[in-house]
Amino acid sequence: MIKNISNLGDTAVYCDFGSEVNETINAKVIGYFNHISKLTKEKQVEGITNLTPSYNKLIISFDLTVTNYKKIKNFIEGLIIQKEIKNNNQKIKIPVCCDDEYGLDFIRLIKKLNMDKDKILQLYFNKEYFCYMTGFIAGMPFLGDLNENIRCDRLETPRVKMPKGSVGITEQFANIYTFESPGGWNIIGNTPKRIFDSKNLHQPALINPGDRVSFYEITKEEYLNWHE
Amino acid sequence: MNKAFFEILRAGINTTIQDKGRNHLYHVGITVSGAIDQRNYILSNKLVENQLYEAVVEFAFQGPLLKLKNGKINFVISGDIFFKIIRKNLEVEDGKCYKNYILDEEDQIDIISTKNSIYGYLAVNGGFDLKKSWGSYSINTKANIGPNDGQKYSLNDKIFIKKSEVKNLNKKNIDYDHSPDNIIRIIKGTNFDYFSKEAIDRFFNEDFLITNLVDRMGIRLKGPKLENTVSTNIKSEGLIRGTIQVPADGNPIIMLSDHGTVGGYPKIGVVIAADLDLIGQLIPGTKIKFKEVSLEEAQNIFKAYTEETNKYLNACN
Repeated sequence: MIKNISNLGDTAVYCDFGSEVNETINAKVIGYFNHISKLTKEKQVEGITNLTPSYNKLIISFDLTVTNYKKIKNFIEGLIIQKEIKNNNQKIKIPVCCDDEYGLDFIRLIKKLNMDKDKILQLYFNKEYFCYMTGFIAGMPFLGDLNENIRCDRLETPRVKMPKGSVGITEQFANIYTFESPGGWNIIGNTPKRIFDSKNLHQPALINPGDRVSFYEITKEEYLNWHE
Repeated sequence: MNKAFFEILRAGINTTIQDKGRNHLYHVGITVSGAIDQRNYILSNKLVENQLYEAVVEFAFQGPLLKLKNGKINFVISGDIFFKIIRKNLEVEDGKCYKNYILDEEDQIDIISTKNSIYGYLAVNGGFDLKKSWGSYSINTKANIGPNDGQKYSLNDKIFIKKSEVKNLNKKNIDYDHSPDNIIRIIKGTNFDYFSKEAIDRFFNEDFLITNLVDRMGIRLKGPKLENTVSTNIKSEGLIRGTIQVPADGNPIIMLSDHGTVGGYPKIGVVIAADLDLIGQLIPGTKIKFKEVSLEEAQNIFKAYTEETNKYLNACN
């Protein structure tokens, strides 16, 4: 299941599930993540401080005063993962306003993709996306996969400040900037919806790995009058 | 009775509350935060007879000017810091680090600057009166989590203190060794073999300069360009404190406590746990050299580092 286990520095274990990006491999990562999270909460393993699942890797951080690489590696090698996908995945719909003042990169996208704005948006909205992981900044979902005809590289020069709520695409992926942050994705719109809520201690991120996400377009008026 | 508090008369450059950090949240994109220099952080608590992991004020470069209201407290400052105590009658005392002081109502602490380091810590006996979020007091300004609405302190903000009276504290000073070490020990990263042989030689033999781009997220270095022969991007994956990423421009970035939880640049190495306090304190303009150690060596060095920390802690008793 895990192709290779190695150390990342002296305080983390690096589990490599392969190099491809697809739902099958990601489901394996999430399976391990859920299982180890559970065992950590139940205190069946000591010293684990963080788990970071991504497309095809799982990084397990630990407290070197309590445990070490060898112990955690042995623990992982001894696991039997039966259930790969948690069954409480949600379907989430996200409103997006794509007016030019929010869709910052249409000029670039139209040129790069050789396609007009309406067509880009049609292909973008006409799909349900899978959440591979959450991270970089709090609650930012990494979603995929985009229609092959609207895949585009990152910006040559990343923006120093990406506006909060920006909805971006790059390569086969889509995301949402949950906070103002530096960033290099192509921005097609902005969502008024709250994607991360630090007051919600139980589940601060609206979108979590394994969830299905679709987007729908709203007008600027709807955007400005958005209430939750 | 009213609670004692500090009134902020000057905020300083980056004044926040920090502690050990916040765990078990990387998977939602919430980073660890926590004091950059964990050793000096716990020492400050020890010196005012707190539990080691109480919340403290962390400041960077220029610290805050604080006036005490509604009480009398014991405090200590740890680090390599230039500070003064301005008494109510305007008498000024030069402050000494690692020495605890009594502060009276209307007295001020003027943390003028750090010396040959970036961060310092202010602890008060009994701790600050704050709420934890997800098990930690640390302010995470990137996601607005923690005390003060997750923002760094500004002018006129208040920091409340749990106790309003003083305790008769031990008067033992410790003699902290601040001599800077410019050799940073690392373990090979998971993308080490992405780099050319020449790049690897340069990485271990040439100097890297700590640029002005340092903050709680990370340190940008400048040095010989590290040529990547495989790919300058990887599929985003988890990062930890100490990870050294090399973007396309070839200049390494070292992740610190507020780092993004995932990143897409190749990892050439990871700074060992024992050198994290040190690397976070090095000021812009410092030249460093990287040295490779094995995992086993790193674990032994960490053990020795922990023993040294315990020696300092015992010296406080």
